[in-house]
Amino acid sequence: MANLKEIRTRISSVEKTKQVTAAMKMVSAAKLKKAQDAIVQIRPYADKLQEILGNLSGSLSDSEDNIYGAERKADKVLLVAITSNKGLCGAFNSNVLKRVNELSRDVYSKQKAEGNFKVLAIGKQGFKDISKVHQVIVHHNELFDDMNFENTSSIASSIMEEYVAGKYDRVELVYNRFKNAGVQILTNEQFLPIVTNDSDADTAQSDYIFEPGKEAIIGELIPKSLKTQFFGAMLDSVASEHGARMTSMHKATDNASDLIQEMKLHYNQARQAAITNEILEIVSGANALSQ
Amino acid sequence: MLLEIVTPEKKMFSGEVDLIQLPGISGSFEILKNHAPIISTLDRGVIKIKTSDGQEVLFEVDGGVVECKKNIVTVLAD
Repeated sequence: MANLKEIRTRISSVEKTKQVTAAMKMVSAAKLKKAQDAIVQIRPYADKLQEILGNLSGSLSDSEDNIYGAERKADKVLLVAITSNKGLCGAFNSNVLKRVNELSRDVYSKQKAEGNFKVLAIGKQGFKDISKVHQVIVHHNELFDDMNFENTSSIASSIMEEYVAGKYDRVELVYNRFKNAGVQILTNEQFLPIVTNDSDADTAQSDYIFEPGKEAIIGELIPKSLKTQFFGAMLDSVASEHGARMTSMHKATDNASDLIQEMKLHYNQARQAAITNEILEIVSGANALSQ
Repeated sequence: MLLEIVTPEKKMFSGEVDLIQLPGISGSFEILKNHAPIISTLDRGVIKIKTSDGQEVLFEVDGGVVECKKNIVTVLAD
């Protein structure tokens, strides 16, 4: 059995670790709250935009002339992998990596073999691992320093430009969708070409006046909705990151508590044994004297 | 007439208004009560609002879209 002093130092070191993980959990909880608020904020904007677009495309005859919507043969693929800059958040980042690998193996194996499977990494953690296996064209780790609509839009528009120029035929986003603090859903969704959902039942319910014209409005709204989609994915990922970190730090704190309890038990047993030994020595010493 | 101005990052304004002046892409225009349904893109400029209690409020926008339908006006600003 380890001696008393050893156990004591171990207990104090685990206690310090516990303090750190508990503090990190608190920080993540606060940041999660903020990130969640941001998601709630963008929702009315995104919903309204979708609604207007739905109204428009419903009253417009087939909008196949739209440059972002045309389905092309997916020869050149770009994945946008959204991870985080910081670690210590459980399987958050490795899940994204896993999904990227899966996609490259199962869905885009042909493109991968031809060298037309590229990844745009957002977040240091993902970049580190993905760049070992895949071709990363560019990374945007700095985005998290100052994440706002403008910065994410500029990335989204550069992707859109490259898509229009024919550099890629298909762009997909891979990220953790936020469900609640404990649950993140790993998602890959098609970014380009646009997936049109014709589920809107109440199309053309009102006769709108269009200023300056339907085509012009659609031409302006579609990039906007793409940027919003991209920004939404980023916000989801950030909220998921904090949620994941909060959960994993909570677990770490619990583990530390268990460990401390176990070690305290050992410590007290060792202390008791030492006292018993001492008493035994004194008693036998006294007995020897009196004889 | 109900007006909402939303940006991707937050809701800028929400409330009852009498008059909205908007920088439309093909010229500035106003929306009053019972305006016909309209969707228009906006240019960089200033949105001027007269609220129901007579106050004037100004917002600067870089562009956006406005939708007006059944006395509900939504401005998606950038």
